[in-house]
This record gives sequence, C-alpha cells and structure tokens, in this order.
Amino acid sequence: MSDAAVTRPTPSQSLLLRNLAVFAENRLAAGSAILVLIFVALALFAPLIAPQDPNATDLFRRLQPPAWQAGGDWAHVLGCDALGRDILSRIIYGSRVSMLVGATVVFIATSIGILAGLAAGYLGGWVDTIISRTVDILLGFPYLIFAIGLMAMMGAGLGNIILALVYKEWVIPCRVVRAETLATREQEYVEAARALGASNRHIMLREILPNILSPVIVVSTIRMANVIILEASLSFLGLGVQPPTASWGAMVADGRAFIMQAWWVSTFPGLAILLLVLALNVASQGLRDAFDPRFHE
Amino acid sequence: MSLTKLVERLVQLVPVLLGVSVIVFLMMAMTPGDPVQIMIGDQNVSAAQEAQLRHDLGLDRPAYERLALFIGHAATGNFGESFYYKRPVAQVIAERLPATIELSVVALLIALMTAIPLGVLAAVKKNSVLDKLATVGSLLGVSLPGFWFGILLLMLFAVQLHILPVSGRMGFATSIKPITGFLLIDTLLRGDPAAFLDALKHILLPAITLGLPMTAVLMRVTRTSMLEVLRQDYITFAEAKGLSRTRILIRHALKNALIPTVSVAAIETGSLLGGNMIVETVFGWPGLGRLVVDSIFVRDYPLVQAAVLLYAVTYVLLNFVADILYTFLNPRVKL
Repeated sequence: MSDAAVTRPTPSQSLLLRNLAVFAENRLAAGSAILVLIFVALALFAPLIAPQDPNATDLFRRLQPPAWQAGGDWAHVLGCDALGRDILSRIIYGSRVSMLVGATVVFIATSIGILAGLAAGYLGGWVDTIISRTVDILLGFPYLIFAIGLMAMMGAGLGNIILALVYKEWVIPCRVVRAETLATREQEYVEAARALGASNRHIMLREILPNILSPVIVVSTIRMANVIILEASLSFLGLGVQPPTASWGAMVADGRAFIMQAWWVSTFPGLAILLLVLALNVASQGLRDAFDPRFHE
Repeated sequence: MSLTKLVERLVQLVPVLLGVSVIVFLMMAMTPGDPVQIMIGDQNVSAAQEAQLRHDLGLDRPAYERLALFIGHAATGNFGESFYYKRPVAQVIAERLPATIELSVVALLIALMTAIPLGVLAAVKKNSVLDKLATVGSLLGVSLPGFWFGILLLMLFAVQLHILPVSGRMGFATSIKPITGFLLIDTLLRGDPAAFLDALKHILLPAITLGLPMTAVLMRVTRTSMLEVLRQDYITFAEAKGLSRTRILIRHALKNALIPTVSVAAIETGSLLGGNMIVETVFGWPGLGRLVVDSIFVRDYPLVQAAVLLYAVTYVLLNFVADILYTFLNPRVKL
C-alpha cells in the first residue's frame, strides 16, 4: 500500500478539512477563534499567568486606580477593588468560572439533547410525544427567570448554576437533533442499515448521529456565548459563585457601588465578558458559514 | 385564520400552561428547608401553633393534593401570603407590576423606533459603511451583558455628564398621585409636564439598556427581510412603472418586510421579561423583577413562585400572540 493511499482522507474527513479551510479563510472568525483560545489558556494556566493572588486583600490599595492613572502602580495594571484585590488577577481567575460553566453546561446539555432528540426523532410515537411536550413546557419559561427560580430554590454555588442552566439548555440541541433526525431517518443509508437488521441504537448512534453532527456543533458554540452571559447575570445578581471566588459577573456587581469614584472596578470585568462573548459569537457565525454549503459561494 | 384554528391553538396552550405550573410547584416543593420554620423565623411559637400553621398552608397534605390546590388557587390569582411582607402575594405583585410594564413598553418602543429605520437603511445601502456599522452594532448588541451596559450608561450620563438620574422612577422632589400606576401616563393626566419630564428622564437609561438586545435582533431581521423583499419581481415592476424610490420602499417593500419583524418583536418582548430582573437591579427600578431578586434573598418563596409563574404564563401567551400575528399578517402561512 502506498503512502498516498495511507494518508488519503476519508470522504467525511476531507469534508471536515474543507470546511475548516473555509473557516480559516474567514479572517475575522479565525481571529475570534484565536481570542477564544487565549481565554481558554488564561483559564487553564491562571496560577502561572496571574501577577497577584486574586484573593489577597490589601486595604492600603483600596480602589487603587489603573497603572496609567495618577496613583496607579504597574504591579496592579488594572487597579484594585474595594478590598484592595488585584483586578487583573481576578479577571484571569474569573475566566475559569465562565469557561468551566460555559463548557460544562454546553457539553452536558448537548449530550442530553442529542440522546433525547435522536430518540424523539427516530423512535417517534409516545417517546416523541413525551420528549416534545417536555421541551414545549420548558420553552414556556424565559431562560433567565427559569434559572433564577431554580437558583432561588437550590441556593447559590457553582454546581447549582451548572444544574440550573442544564435543566433548560438541553432543549435547544434536542430540537435541532430531532428535526435533523426526522429529515435523515428516511434516507437510503438508514433504510439499508435497517434492512440489514441493525439495532435502533446502532442506527441512531452510528448511522444518523455522525451525519447530523455539524449543525449540533455550530449550535453548541452559539449557545456557549449565551450560557456565559447567563452565568455572569446570575453571579451579578448574587446567585452565582460565592465570594471570595472571582467571577466576572460578581466583579461587575462589586464595582456598582463605586461607579462615582472607581470606574475601573466594574469596567474591566465587563469588558472581559464582552470580548469573550463577542469572540464566541463571531467564531460561531464563521463556523456556521463554513459548515453550511449554502454560504460557500 | 378561522375561528376554529384559533380555538384549537388556544386549547393547545392548556397542557403547556399546566406543565409550567407543575414545574413551578415542583421548584417550591423541592426547596430544602421547611417553609413553616422560615415563616416562624425566630418567633417563639408552640408546637400546636406550628401544626396549625402547617395545616393552614396545606403542608400536611399529600403532594398531589397540594399541586391541585396550587393550580386551583393560581387560576384565581390566589398565591397565599408573602412570608416577608405579611400581605397577599397578589397584592404585593400588583403594586409592582405597573413599573415593570411601563419599563418594558418604553423599551419595546425604543427598540422598534431604532431597529426598523436602521434595518431598512442597512438593507437599502447594502455593503455601505452604514450597513457595516449596523452589522457590527447588532453583533455588539447581542454580545453586551445588559448589567454592564447599564452601568456604563450610568457612568457616562449620570456620573460624568450629570444629565440623567442614577436610579428610581422619579426624583425625591417630585410626587404624583397615581391614577394608572404608569407614571408617564399619570403625569400627563395630572397635567404636570415637569413631573412627566422627570419620569421620562428616569426611565430613559433603563429602557435603553433593556431594549438593546431586542434592537440588535430586530435590526438584523428587518435588514434580512427587506433585502429579500427588494429582490422580488413586484419591486422591479414598481421601479419599471417609474414610482419614486421612497414610495416603493415605504408603500410596497416595508409593508411586507415588516411581517417577520413584528412576529420576532412579539417573541422578543418575552425576552424582555428576563432582562427586567437585571435592569431593575442595576437602576434601582421598583418593579417586579427587583421584587423577585429581593425576595430570593429573604427566602420569600410564595412570592418568588407566583412571580416566576406570572412571568412564564406571560411568556407563553406572548409566544402565542407572535404565532397568531405572523399568521394574520402573512396569509400564506397556515397554522
């Protein structure tokens, strides 16, 4: 067997590579993806990157301005909060909460959504009825209000935020997967697998799922931006991660009481949320364009 | 759309509303801690009084009976007594509701008045600087966290420029006897332009903050649908007839391009409900959203439960209205 034969990609691999090449050509989207990766690196290596201990208080540095303003100090580039904690270090550590909640919620919700959507779309009947009615009911709640209601009952904390968001988030990938499965289940290759006696589980997971994964991936990236804003909103309201753990939403809330004298306390964490969410939104639009053949021309 | 179809759609709402009520009930039922103990707090009560309170609240009954009672009571607007305010929940909510409705309506108006002209202009001047700015603006609009945007507006207009107030619905110096509870209307009805201006200044920043994501979404929808309409044959025909560009845009294109905008606006009005909690907290707006957030911290569960149910029912009804509007405006779509 020649080397060329060994390295030749399979049709699905070549499609993936072609789509990724289309994505990379979109400079704005590729740049945004790099920015997202920088945030991932910040979260992963926070202890190595953060210049200060994020929870170390120093009342002599209370509301110290950023380095370029009078009274600022380059050891605390973005200034300090009301307890004299370094804002830059807290932003770097805060990225861990946003990333962790965003990735975990989207991963769990997408996994549940895929299984429920496949079952509803492929099996139909009472399975579809139960899943679809549950989805309809959950869609009857405005997202933030549903999460706030649950957090009110379960109490604040990282684990509860993830649970509260997963409870509703799974319905979105579920709807996408169900619709895609309904369109795919009558395809010839599925019929062929059925004729060969393949089990329902095999058909759903091995035949249908690989062919409907692209839209699910695109939806997941879009949803991650939303989940990050929701987490920040819950933390802003005091229902998220509890002090002294740094989270961007809570940092913005902390600075609200000092907007008259210390603009930097709220501004920089908010800017971090905006940059990450914007980068995720632009990157996901690029992904959608690359993975949807209608946009290739 | 026939009346039968409308009734059919209304009937379909029933299981969703029931399901929503069950979930809200379960949220409360699964709450750790004993509601009776929360109500009693540090008061000194006997075991008999405690048992009586438990009986009065129906907590000594099985869960399915309590669920049926909850749904029955909710249907008649009876949500029990607030733990914190020691008054009927419905009464406390009714007092705060006008402030939230007023804020939402002004936010909706601001969003519509900004998004539609900008969306049309972006479509008409496709690929121009204006179009690109509108695209960037709409992307920013959906990416900006509302609570942060509100604080930025406060820092600029209230702290730096001193032209708009920081919080509340009205200044301390102004007072108006309520008629409808909507201050913008009440001040006009009382013939007090100074108070009207004061109320307007107070509502401006919260309404802009609340309406921003909606503006971004509506602008994109209007732009896309306007571009689609402008490609239609009847527009080319109108141009061939020699009609003026403005007439074609307003009389022929906009009318059809607005169909999805109106429908999305109805859906997005539902999303304003969630934003209310954030915006009311940032601007100290004394509405239902802030009441809910405050009630969470004092563990006033009946109030939180009633408010969550009210929000959810409103949201379901708004989505229903969006569906109906879309069908009504676009006769090609059948329910």
